[in-house]
Amino acid sequence: MPQIKTQDFFDASALSIKDPELRQALQRVGTGFDNARREAIDEVSAEVWEQWRESARQIKEHTIDHLDYYLELLHDNVTKNGGQVHFARDAEQANAIVANLVKSKGVKIVTKGKSMVSEELSLNPVLEGLGTEVYETDLGEYIIQLANETPSHLVAPALHKTKAQVAQLFSDKLGVPYTDDIEEMARVAREALRGKFLAADMGISGANFLVAETGSLVIITNEGNGRLCTSAPRIHVGITGMEKVIPSLHDLAVFLRLLPRSATGQRLTSYMSMVSGPRRESDEDGPEEFHLVIVDNGRSKMLADPKLRESLYCIRCGACLNICPVYQKVGGHAYGWVYPGPIGAIVTPSLVGLKQAKDLPFASSLCGACREACPVKINIPRMLLHLRQELTESSEPAVNSTPALESILARCYTATMSHPTLLSMGTKLLKLLQIPVARNGRIQKAPFAPLSRWTRSRDLPAVPQRSFREIWRQELSGSNQSHQ
Amino acid sequence: MPSALGPKASLYVTCVIDQLYPEVGVSVVRVLRHLGVTVDFPPDQTCCGQPLFNSGFAAQARQLARRVLLSFKDASYVVVPSGSCAAMMRVFYLDLFDNDPVMRQQANEFSSKVYEFSEFLVKVLNVTSVGAQSAGSATYHPSCHLLRELGVREEPQQLLANVDGLEMVDLPNKESCCGFGGTFSVKYPHISEDMVTDKVNSVLSTGADTLVSCDMSCLMNIGGSLSRQRKPVNVKHLAQMLDREAS
Repeated sequence: MPQIKTQDFFDASALSIKDPELRQALQRVGTGFDNARREAIDEVSAEVWEQWRESARQIKEHTIDHLDYYLELLHDNVTKNGGQVHFARDAEQANAIVANLVKSKGVKIVTKGKSMVSEELSLNPVLEGLGTEVYETDLGEYIIQLANETPSHLVAPALHKTKAQVAQLFSDKLGVPYTDDIEEMARVAREALRGKFLAADMGISGANFLVAETGSLVIITNEGNGRLCTSAPRIHVGITGMEKVIPSLHDLAVFLRLLPRSATGQRLTSYMSMVSGPRRESDEDGPEEFHLVIVDNGRSKMLADPKLRESLYCIRCGACLNICPVYQKVGGHAYGWVYPGPIGAIVTPSLVGLKQAKDLPFASSLCGACREACPVKINIPRMLLHLRQELTESSEPAVNSTPALESILARCYTATMSHPTLLSMGTKLLKLLQIPVARNGRIQKAPFAPLSRWTRSRDLPAVPQRSFREIWRQELSGSNQSHQ
Repeated sequence: MPSALGPKASLYVTCVIDQLYPEVGVSVVRVLRHLGVTVDFPPDQTCCGQPLFNSGFAAQARQLARRVLLSFKDASYVVVPSGSCAAMMRVFYLDLFDNDPVMRQQANEFSSKVYEFSEFLVKVLNVTSVGAQSAGSATYHPSCHLLRELGVREEPQQLLANVDGLEMVDLPNKESCCGFGGTFSVKYPHISEDMVTDKVNSVLSTGADTLVSCDMSCLMNIGGSLSRQRKPVNVKHLAQMLDREAS
């Protein structure tokens, strides 16, 4: 698996927020993607959108509840179509399956369509270690492969880069004259990749959906690179998580409406490819072999936990990232692993370990915008709260990560709030303590944490002379007639 | 003595208003009484447990929730001048007692009695105009829990639209979070500050002289930033705008 840096969220986010180029790049998130999504919803009307969301959620709920059945059905139908299904328990197994194929089939060149699961497995270094050339062919993935970076967004992996940074990268790595004309840069990439598509022995793709009743792998792209990866080389390997299965083509129709609109605001994706096995005898071309690698890698843990199960409904559209005020500020890399943003804060702890990712569930104001944007209505805030509870209350030292000071504060707070007399005494004490720092009803510099973290840039109201409960007792409790 | 005509409401004032903004509580009482509501204030009330719950301390939050359920067990309506505390009491108490059928039942009954202030006015009292007057201009920040946990979107805006003489200006990106988020604001101050800066800039762009919301914690955040920057924008709870006696 790729290097886990989730434990550095605080420092990484503090650096990101100060990075002017990243800030500029991130402006596209809210004003670009999220506005486009809203317009696409307005176009179909909120009512229709709600119906689609509801049916998508029901499909996911049903499939995940009967995942064993649908995976078996999928397996049988892929096999019937002449493909081979491989189940991988973890990243190591999944990588070994692909590595064995590469070795046994004499693969020299691999072209890849965009696959977040392959990022999760860190597959490229494994294949490169075998002496294989691996080329990412999604433009965003191609950019970050050249830059030796990881994706920062589920849909737009190079989102963190400005146009000028990409132009410089192309000029440095591809030896072309500097240009920041987007069409020209796309032409340069196309030219560099076209030969690889033709020379590749193996194409690796992810999957947006797996259709159980037909044994099909479905990918949605805007560049057509996915179709070249799945059709030109002699071997096609699809790699995806076990939650991607849906029952039927009828179900697929709902998601084909939801996914492009949620991701980029498009009514339809530019390319929708369905792969149902290798070439048949009557086909003129197409891959000789089709392998489908279905990855668990921690997903069965989410399946087993009724409070986290719905995180498996995710279709990786990125809408929750685009609307998230935290993601909009810090970008994807600060989250420290493959899946960023609100959904990443839910999924990552299950995949890398809760304690390792302990900062992520707290990196949210719980505003709930993610749940509102989610096309399958995943209740992300509720799962964030659940993970916070696990971290705070677990009796397992391997999970519990509450700082001692915070526990003490929580206990003192609970005790004070459990006894109104203690609360009154506390208020009196605060009124004394604030004398040196309160001016004109406000405190500009609190002397100790955590309040000093507030007053770095915000004033704090001073505790007033009388609390409401005192005013009530003295003036309001007696009369209930109107004060007109 | 309580009038026999109007509904009876028990005020859950919230600890932020009790301890830091008592004048808001006074306005809530005045507005309710003006509308013929008999108001009582269960004196044992303290915190609803939300800060603990949001930080993962569910056991402690449960302890405080039990107190609230007990203090308000005889209430016919519980009126809460805060979207996030009302959401805690209406929505999250149910989660908190998920594994305790007896308490869950109590939380359920309690939940149906909880109303956020503007919601109580519009949905229970059927009032969208309280006959208040004001001068100048205001802009409204819909707080996240009010909007997304309670689904209260139009009510505060209807009430504000009917304040005589008040010009309402629409807040750009109004539905984005102000960055408060309870302990989030001190756990990740750099992110929270950046979020509130955006909100402050939106508020300033309206040119309104008053910012109104239904949650004092959000207003403490936005107002704290406005005050640090010495911006002459008033910060008011909805109840203060509707209170004919508030200055």
